[in-house]
Amino acid sequence: MSSTAAEQPKSPVAARPGAAEPWRDPAADPFLRIEGVTKRFEGYVALDAVTLPIYRGELFALLGASGSGKSTLLRCLAGFIEPDAGRIVLDGQDLAGVPPYERPINMMFQSYALFPHMTVAQNIGFGLRQEGASKSVIADRVAEMLALVRMEGFGGRKPAALSGGQKARVALARALAKRPKLLLLDEPLSALDKNLREATQFELVNIQERTGTTFVIVTHDQEEAMTMATRLAVMDRGTLAQVGTPGEVYEFPNSRFTAEFLGTANILEGVVEAADDQATRIGSSELDFDILAEPGALKPVGSRAYVAIRPERMRIERTDAATPLGDNRLVGRVRDIAYFGDFFMYYVVLDNGKEIRVSQPNLRRMTARPVDWEDRVAVTWDAEASMVLPE
Amino acid sequence: MKGRLGRALVLALPWSWMALFFVVPFVIVLTIAFAEPSEGLPPYTPLWRWTEEGGPIIQLNLANFRLFLEDPFYLEAGLRSLRVAAVSATLCLLVGYPMALAIARAPERWRTLLLMLVILPFWTSFLLRITAWIGILQDQGWLNGALLALGVIQEPLQLLYTDIALYLGVTYCYLPFMVLPLYATLSKLDPALLEAAEDLGARPSRAFLQVTLPLSMPGVVAGFLLVFIPAVGEFVIPELLGGPDAQLVGRVLWMEFFQNRDWPLASALAVVLLLLLVAPIAIFQARAAREAA
Repeated sequence: MSSTAAEQPKSPVAARPGAAEPWRDPAADPFLRIEGVTKRFEGYVALDAVTLPIYRGELFALLGASGSGKSTLLRCLAGFIEPDAGRIVLDGQDLAGVPPYERPINMMFQSYALFPHMTVAQNIGFGLRQEGASKSVIADRVAEMLALVRMEGFGGRKPAALSGGQKARVALARALAKRPKLLLLDEPLSALDKNLREATQFELVNIQERTGTTFVIVTHDQEEAMTMATRLAVMDRGTLAQVGTPGEVYEFPNSRFTAEFLGTANILEGVVEAADDQATRIGSSELDFDILAEPGALKPVGSRAYVAIRPERMRIERTDAATPLGDNRLVGRVRDIAYFGDFFMYYVVLDNGKEIRVSQPNLRRMTARPVDWEDRVAVTWDAEASMVLPE
Repeated sequence: MKGRLGRALVLALPWSWMALFFVVPFVIVLTIAFAEPSEGLPPYTPLWRWTEEGGPIIQLNLANFRLFLEDPFYLEAGLRSLRVAAVSATLCLLVGYPMALAIARAPERWRTLLLMLVILPFWTSFLLRITAWIGILQDQGWLNGALLALGVIQEPLQLLYTDIALYLGVTYCYLPFMVLPLYATLSKLDPALLEAAEDLGARPSRAFLQVTLPLSMPGVVAGFLLVFIPAVGEFVIPELLGGPDAQLVGRVLWMEFFQNRDWPLASALAVVLLLLLVAPIAIFQARAAREAA
């Protein structure tokens, strides 16, 4: 467990085998350049000078709560909203003033927006028909797209006769039919139930890899962003809180906001007491104990620091009332246990009233829980699990 | 058994409504249509009477219906009515569609107000509004006065008692019947559909033709019928604004009924008119039902 976090920010989690990571190459040219894009609506700033390079072939996720500006950014890319300031450059073309119908960008809408008066085939062929493509070209491409999303034989149906998952496939096929340079996906799977959503996520990634199209996907579902994206941006009030691969953002959150938005995190507060090449020692300002973290936290001695610890990195065990606090060791009482099936989440109340969440995998079937309601417990974790937040 | 009874009860209400307010009056009119006019009250012969042996004799008088085929006067009046109604409904569509579209796309807080403005004229008497048009259109009226003052024309135009005045009046009066159903369909249209069309490369004009227009067809048809049907039988507007040659079915019907006191002929005319109007609606509804299935 105690791997070397110091040399980390490289690639903490499994990148797809053979996947290029152009964002690590300073010489690489971004395919899509979003530069200082700002958009104000009556009374608030929806996008505040957002700068974001996205590379060819990426599946980039914009993740954020509602009102974070992610949808506004997507609509700026589609051309439905013109930014107040900043530039959007796609493959060398400045998109300022280019209307949606002239952009080499297509979108898969949240509601799918399939034309109800047209058949599946007419929906998929709609974009090509606008270009004046010949009937045989359209028919070939429609058949190709139907095969891509595994909907052969559905071309003659009307959208009303399709299930939710089938509608999503048709919407994807329609958006890909014109071979856009950039495909935008607005909460593409939010209308599907959980199992179908997970299956469709993998299929989307598959199709993205096969077609090589650059995808920008907007979602509020962090699991969706984590499982699908090559990189993601966590958005907060019109700005990018953090940009990185899902692994980077999850394992190295740069702020309390991202630590708590992506996954779950217990945030502890303290003052850096010592930082040598062995460890970083942070004295808790809430309780009488020290937090140990890996060295190299880049915080000077004496400065205030926030430490985030993931619930799954913590251990919990029953203890007697006399157990004292210690380094990376907290003591409290179990207030609640949430049973998720695959794991338990323990809600532990510390003596000062602060609540800590600890999760434990449900490894064995039908066994009595080692820790129960109202038990007095000790919560411990390794130094490498302490994520010292830069902000 | 219980389910069947429940269904019968549920259906009984609309069916009795139909029977009371449509079937019964229609049958009354139909019986009069087959009678012969006579002096007295009511001014037509009974359809059947009892013979001295006690059996009934039914006398069907088909002369009224034969007259419609023989005398071109009625046929011409009917065709003219259909033409006036069709032209007026088309004018209403051309004026009403942009209005309905503009209201449906207006910011939400404006929509109620704009709809109110469409409905507002209904709060004034119908006759008063038609009379007001006389004031506007007559030779010394406001329109001619304004055109003369501006120097556009030297002589007053003959507007009142022409087809122009007739179409103007019918279009004006029936416009809300076109705007409201159109607005109802257009406001229900998902704006994402238009965005999708534009996103896929359709300029706004093509997006309108390929998405908005076909999806608003139910509203177009409903509005057209709502204007067309009452306009065919319209009596007051042609009487007050139209020319002396504007012999429309409504006017003919009124004349036969009140001036000639030929109830059977007027009734026969009403029956034919009704059948002619019900047929297209029935066709439209059957097609709509087939499409929905």
